[in-house]
Amino acid sequence: MSILVDASTRIICQGLTGRQGSFHTEQCLAYGTKVVAGVTPGRGGSEHLGLPVYNTVREAKDETGATVSMIYVPAPFAADAVLEAADAGLELVVCITEGVPVLDMVRVKAVLRDLDCRLIGPNCPGIITPGQCKIGIMPGAIHEPGRIGIVSRSGTLTYEAVSQTTLRGLGQSTCVGIGGDPVRGMSFIDCLELFEADPDTDGMIMVGEIGGADEEAAAEYIAAHVTKPVVGYIAGVTAPPGKRMGHAGAIVAGGKGTAEEKFRALDRAGVATVRSLADLGEAIAQALR
Amino acid sequence: MNLHEYQSKALFAEYGVPVPEGRVAQSPNEAARAASLLGGGLWVVKAQVHAGGRGKAGGVKLAKSVAEVEAHAKGMLGTRLVTHQSGAEGLPVDHVYVEAGSDIARELYLSLLVDRGAEQIAIMASAAGGVDIEEVAAKTPEKIFTVHVHPAAGLQDFQCRRLGFGLGLDKPEQAELARILRALVRLMHECDAGLVEINPLIVTGDGRVVALDAKINIEENALYRQQRLAGMRDAAQEDERERRAREHDLNYVSLDGNIACMVNGAGLAMATMDLIQLHGGEPANFLDVGGGATAERVEEAFNIILTNANVKAILVNIFGGIVRCDLIAEGVVAAVRKADVRVPVVVRLEGTNVGQGKQLLAESGLKIIAADGLTDAASKAVELAGGGS
Repeated sequence: MSILVDASTRIICQGLTGRQGSFHTEQCLAYGTKVVAGVTPGRGGSEHLGLPVYNTVREAKDETGATVSMIYVPAPFAADAVLEAADAGLELVVCITEGVPVLDMVRVKAVLRDLDCRLIGPNCPGIITPGQCKIGIMPGAIHEPGRIGIVSRSGTLTYEAVSQTTLRGLGQSTCVGIGGDPVRGMSFIDCLELFEADPDTDGMIMVGEIGGADEEAAAEYIAAHVTKPVVGYIAGVTAPPGKRMGHAGAIVAGGKGTAEEKFRALDRAGVATVRSLADLGEAIAQALR
Repeated sequence: MNLHEYQSKALFAEYGVPVPEGRVAQSPNEAARAASLLGGGLWVVKAQVHAGGRGKAGGVKLAKSVAEVEAHAKGMLGTRLVTHQSGAEGLPVDHVYVEAGSDIARELYLSLLVDRGAEQIAIMASAAGGVDIEEVAAKTPEKIFTVHVHPAAGLQDFQCRRLGFGLGLDKPEQAELARILRALVRLMHECDAGLVEINPLIVTGDGRVVALDAKINIEENALYRQQRLAGMRDAAQEDERERRAREHDLNYVSLDGNIACMVNGAGLAMATMDLIQLHGGEPANFLDVGGGATAERVEEAFNIILTNANVKAILVNIFGGIVRCDLIAEGVVAAVRKADVRVPVVVRLEGTNVGQGKQLLAESGLKIIAADGLTDAASKAVELAGGGS
């Protein structure tokens, strides 16, 4: 078991014929992911990487029975791509694209509220269920099938958590990179809820960072609803206020969203927090004992 | 990207938001001419910098004659204004804005921003204008009124009324406020603004509602479709290294410490800074070289880091995912050689082909120290920098 995706998940790629889409879809296919088609408007009827290409997501879904889309289209077209996938009735949309204007995401989220469609991202590494299905740009080789669920706002910090759990022989059930933008799809809570319900996840690692209040909300949720052990880490203790730290969403604004506040909220919720990134693996190993 | 007050007010005027008459000037002479053209007997001379708190810092001055306007402009132009938001070095005053004096009856606060929690545009208003709104929010949050704009339905009349009554405005003033609010929501959408702040929004003696100050931030991600506004960028207001980094698609933020970092990924870059502090050191910067860390980018990153004379050690922290560690190691070796790096460089590599990567570093004959893991890397860097700043 796992959350959201497994070996049977059928995936289409929006932006398959682009440079990013091509490169990463090849890697996903090599990992064993069931990518079954691509969508590039105007390229319908052709073939790319041995996959059929369609003009519209609806066609691609009807022809292949796919339930998930992975999006690599450039930022100016990303919001439209997400809405097309949602409109076609896909269950899960994974938007890797970086640099999507925040007001585009405000509109996207307003539409998604009324649809039965989950969005991961944008500006994220994607989702992987090790050994079964890799949707995104994460390096497959560092993952190991196992029993730790990982959720993170940062790509490289997800990889650190993955690497440390792999080295300790714990492995991962599923890893979700929810992305570094201020307005995004799935939240920490959405993922923690699924991990809590997943019989094959024994514990979770959540990696947050400065900006917003998602970690604080997650802390309250954990205190009330999560019985499995959770290890937490927040990046950006040393980040100066008012400065955007790479990610569009990583900013302490008006004195709100500091790492210290988030650490305190997690501590209060009984989360095993670590102050050093290097301690994630050891902390989850201990929490499981 | 921040706009200057004079640029923001020009946008306000385009959208029909009332602003006092004003003119921008780059010399004392121009400022005097601006005052003459504006006429009247009272002017305000305002230093144009990307920081709040100008008034207290001497960057906003009243003048009762054209000569006084000229003198104030002379005192400001060519200097650096230090405010509580500008940093210790202050920001250069290359422009002043000369404005006709206003008859202020009341000072209010108004701002629009993208509320990331609500995932909608939020409008915040307070009758406590002209002061630090963060202080109002902390001490008397009940004095701030907030409404959210639904992305499809838009701003509603009742929301304008709620803000209007909250601000204690009479009926004609409320009508004026509603008109301003609609214009600003349109501006937010059409200009991809992340923040519009008016502090103060004033009610004049004769009952007009006017934006006395203006601060607009345009979202960086949307600049590709805001060419005209992108052209208003004033690079002189930005940190030199941050600007240079942006030109090379690198993400750099200057800090006060002496251990420079070069990292792939924004999250890992923050975590690396935190690790340095945890081990008793102080980071000199945030630097994300991005996912596809090529040799050229690594070299440019070194060049930017080395312009900071405080740097006593460099910590390179790369998690090689799809990018192979041996390729990154080659890039680091080439860059250290080419950029003539004199301070110790600690490198932590993890991921694909990490063994080959470490070997390349060891055989380079350069002052590169390969670290085993995050903790080792941070403690070595702190030690080599002399135990922090």
